[in-house]
Order: sequence, then C-alpha cells, then structure tokens
Amino acid sequence: MIRPVIPYVTAALLFGLGVYGVLRRRNAVLLLMSVELMLNAVNLILVTADTTVRAVLPQSGQVFALFVIVIAAAEVGVGLAIVLHLYRLRSSVAVDEVPLGGEPVEGDGGIAVRPTDAAPGERVAR
Amino acid sequence: MTGADVLLLALGAVAAGAGLLVVTTRHLVRAGLYLVVCLAAVAGLYLVLTAELVAWVQVLIYVGAVVVLLLFAVMLTRAPIGASEDLDRPGWPAALVGGGAGLGLAALLVDAFRWSTVELPEAGTAERLGTSVFGSWVLPFEVLSVLLLAALVGAIVLSRPEIGAPAEGEGQ
Repeated sequence: MIRPVIPYVTAALLFGLGVYGVLRRRNAVLLLMSVELMLNAVNLILVTADTTVRAVLPQSGQVFALFVIVIAAAEVGVGLAIVLHLYRLRSSVAVDEVPLGGEPVEGDGGIAVRPTDAAPGERVAR
Repeated sequence: MTGADVLLLALGAVAAGAGLLVVTTRHLVRAGLYLVVCLAAVAGLYLVLTAELVAWVQVLIYVGAVVVLLLFAVMLTRAPIGASEDLDRPGWPAALVGGGAGLGLAALLVDAFRWSTVELPEAGTAERLGTSVFGSWVLPFEVLSVLLLAALVGAIVLSRPEIGAPAEGEGQ
C-alpha cells in the first residue's frame, strides 16, 4: 500500500527543475542533462500512473516508459553529435551564441569553417 | 505511512536534491555525476513502484549509456575541470518559469490525489512486460526500432563531415 502523491510530486519537482535548467544553462551539454531530467519526470509519471490507475491494458504505462527511454537514448545520441559538430565549427558550446538566421556566418572572427565542412552541414540542415 | 511510503519519500528527496544540484552546480563534470545519483534514485522509485524491468532498463541505459555519452561530450568539448563561471545565463525568468511549472504541477497533483492510498499491483516483470510489448504494442515497438536506426545513422553522418561532401563516386 503506497501513497501515490509522493512519486507524483517528486516527478513534478523534477520536471520543474528540468525546465529551469533548460532556460538557465548556456552550455549545450548541461542543456541536454536538463532535458534528461524532464524526460525522467515524464517516465516517473507514467510508471506511477500505471501503478495507481486501473487500466484496460495492464502495464501499458511501463511499456510507454520503456519507449520513452529508447527515444531519450536516440535524442541524446543525435544531440551530442550536433553539439560536437557545433564545437568543431565554433570552439564553443554556448547555446546563446548560435546564430539562428539561415545564412552561414561570414566575417565573424574566430570561426574556421573549412569548405569541406560547410557542404555536409548544409545538406543535413535541409 | 508504511515502509514503502518512507522509501518513496527518501528516494524522492534524493532525486529532487540531486536534480537541483544538476541544474545549479558550477562544475560540468559534477553535474554529470549528480545526474547519475538522480537517475539511480528514480530507478529506486521504479523498484518501489513494482516496475522491475523499467528500473533495470533505467540503470542500464540511463546510468550506463546516456550519462557516459554525456561525460564523453564534456570531455570532447574540452570543458574545464574546475568551476566555470560562464555556465549560466542571468535569469530570474528561468526560476520563475521552472518554479512555476514544478510547483504548479505539484499543487495540481496534490489536489488530485490528496493523501489517498493505493494497493500495489502485480510486479511488472520482464515476462509480463514482454507479453504486453509483443502483444498490444508491436507496431510502436517496430517503428521505434526504425527511429533508433535513423538516429544512429544521423549521428554518424553529423559527426563525420567528410561523408557525402566531396566525392560522389567513392563508396564511403
């Protein structure tokens, strides 16, 4: 016999912490860690709901939690590839220095974009 | 308050405390290690909630793989070992939005569940979850495998700039 409010509140607090981290952190790796916190909060909600609510399909909440874990693994793989590419291009992983305009930067000091690098980056971006 | 409640409270406090340290610490590497503590505490919560398989998958994939990947990224981006001062944006908006989201959701859930009790169901063992995955959720499972493959290929293409760029003829 458990009180479901305890894990639910824990999950809510973890989600709030993740939101705070995503908005607050500048470093892209720390940003990914905060996203992991949020995904874990969602997983905790799913598992707790599966435990506390009688569903038509038993254990479906836990199956969803497994799916979310797989998606998180895929997300962190691609995310880290992007972060490493960013670091290679700009020698920095500060997310608020990333230009969001469509054009590739020109005349911006300190960015060594080799011509061979630009082509695959563009191809992937499209 | 039963024993399970006490365990849930303790593990929840550990998870929330470690999560707070993840988003506030000034050391990049320590943030990754606090994340390990947080994820392990969440795995403990899964165990108390009788989700055995999810707990072990959490330990294997999150603590074993995702955190290692994150620490690799910390290493490859030449993060400083000591405290760094430029990790944070100055931000009351972040505290406002994050605290609002967390406390708002917590208030909502407390209001919904109060201090009610629930009997624990049968444990989510690998056998039961496997029956469920391959019985009711086969299509999402297969789609997910394709997604994972696509993510892996995408990560490889992203991290190797020479792929696809100069030579169309080379079988790279």
